[in-house]
Amino acid sequence: MIDIIQQFWRAFLWSDGYRMTGVAMTLWLLAVSISFGFVLSVPLAVARVSAHKCYAWPVWLFTYVFRGTPLYVQLLLFYSGLYSLDVVRDHQLLNAFFRDGLNCTLLSFALNTCAYTTEIFAGAIKATPHGEIEAGRAYGMTPFTLYRCVILPSALRRALPAYSNEVILMLHATSVAFVATVPDILKIARDANSATYDTFDAYGLAALLYLCISFILVALFRRAEWRLLAHLRPMNTEHDGHRQRDLSPSSKNKDVANVQTHG
Amino acid sequence: MILDGFGPLILAGTWVTIELAVLSLLVAFVIGLIGAGGKMSSNPLIKAIATLYTTLIRGVPDLVLMLLIFYSLQIGMNNITEALHAPQIDLDPMTSGVLTLGFIYGAYFAETFRGAFLSVPKGQIEAGIAYGLSSWQVFHRVQFPQMMRFALPGISNNWQVMLKATALVSIIGLADVIKIAIDAGRSTYRVFFFTLVAAVVYLVLTTLSHVVLVWLERHYSAGVREAEL
Repeated sequence: MIDIIQQFWRAFLWSDGYRMTGVAMTLWLLAVSISFGFVLSVPLAVARVSAHKCYAWPVWLFTYVFRGTPLYVQLLLFYSGLYSLDVVRDHQLLNAFFRDGLNCTLLSFALNTCAYTTEIFAGAIKATPHGEIEAGRAYGMTPFTLYRCVILPSALRRALPAYSNEVILMLHATSVAFVATVPDILKIARDANSATYDTFDAYGLAALLYLCISFILVALFRRAEWRLLAHLRPMNTEHDGHRQRDLSPSSKNKDVANVQTHG
Repeated sequence: MILDGFGPLILAGTWVTIELAVLSLLVAFVIGLIGAGGKMSSNPLIKAIATLYTTLIRGVPDLVLMLLIFYSLQIGMNNITEALHAPQIDLDPMTSGVLTLGFIYGAYFAETFRGAFLSVPKGQIEAGIAYGLSSWQVFHRVQFPQMMRFALPGISNNWQVMLKATALVSIIGLADVIKIAIDAGRSTYRVFFFTLVAAVVYLVLTTLSHVVLVWLERHYSAGVREAEL
């Protein structure tokens, strides 16, 4: 155990001396795929819930295919599959892009998480109370303004618990990156394993690192949910709520105050 | 032929994948029920162990756990057989794949079942006791059938995730549909095509299980009135 830590701690955390490895690489994979996935998934989710079938149907097909197949297969398809095609090899730009394992990994991860995130956001948009949308229309908002000011701010917040789950799952999914020779935590653990034959400690160390990152992410999302979903938090009306409202100068009548809080 | 004679092999690989997924589901189901029981236990030690199990397993990627358990299981077995001066038992990839996947997804199932058990109204259990049923009868006749309705959405989700996780077992060396597709692609120089075939196989499997799960959901929701909006 101490042997592995002495020999590999730097590689496990950020660098093996030549390039970014270990935790830094895993976090980089996670951050890039999550941000691309997020940016793509918002317009796709809007298209997914569109009443026009010609917008909704292609997005449905995309999420269906990417959610119905394992990420490992998608990575193989982009990494070894596409690069075996002559069309890709003969094209200069495509050749340069798909030759690098990291690019293939990022592309497949971003598309995969985008498919899941699109469904999460689409579900949240569909669950928007129809009164809010009607009120927006009654104010004469254009569809774009309606989405920008009414639907998306509330839907994205309500999607946060499901989204945080997806981010954690994506963190776990990044461990298949070693298939494309990307030096993430698991790849370093494999190297440590083949160097020392100390299997349990090598993989155990990797598991511990993933566990720590998971816990930190969960804690961060809890904080974000507490702040961003404050309006959905159950009000503690039993004790403090009533007392405060009774003391406030505007509530002359106790019953009126109660109606207002529960309305 | 379009598959270059690899058709039967790919079918065999698909069957291995299905077998692996179904057997792991059974293991995970049993471990999940035990884990849920442990998490709801009044004994603080059992509760702590069950909580530790579900928290640790769900915080670590399944691939890392798979490698960890797969190699450690074999080394542990070797140590035991060596101590007993018995011949070495080699675990084949299928057995260790089933045990590993079952152990990992048992943690997810435990959480699903715990939530579902808590959703069964207490009055139902009390009514069962009042009728003089034994605790096994209460579980088997009253709690379990009602729990299944609440657990089904979670079970469907876990099953779909687990079905896709079987793809990772080819990394341990199981000759499942992925491994065969990779080998077929290498020997025919049509890697893209054969990987695509593997993807289609998985798409068909997830689609089929989706149909079955919708049917099951209808079956277990018999007698439940839903408000029409």
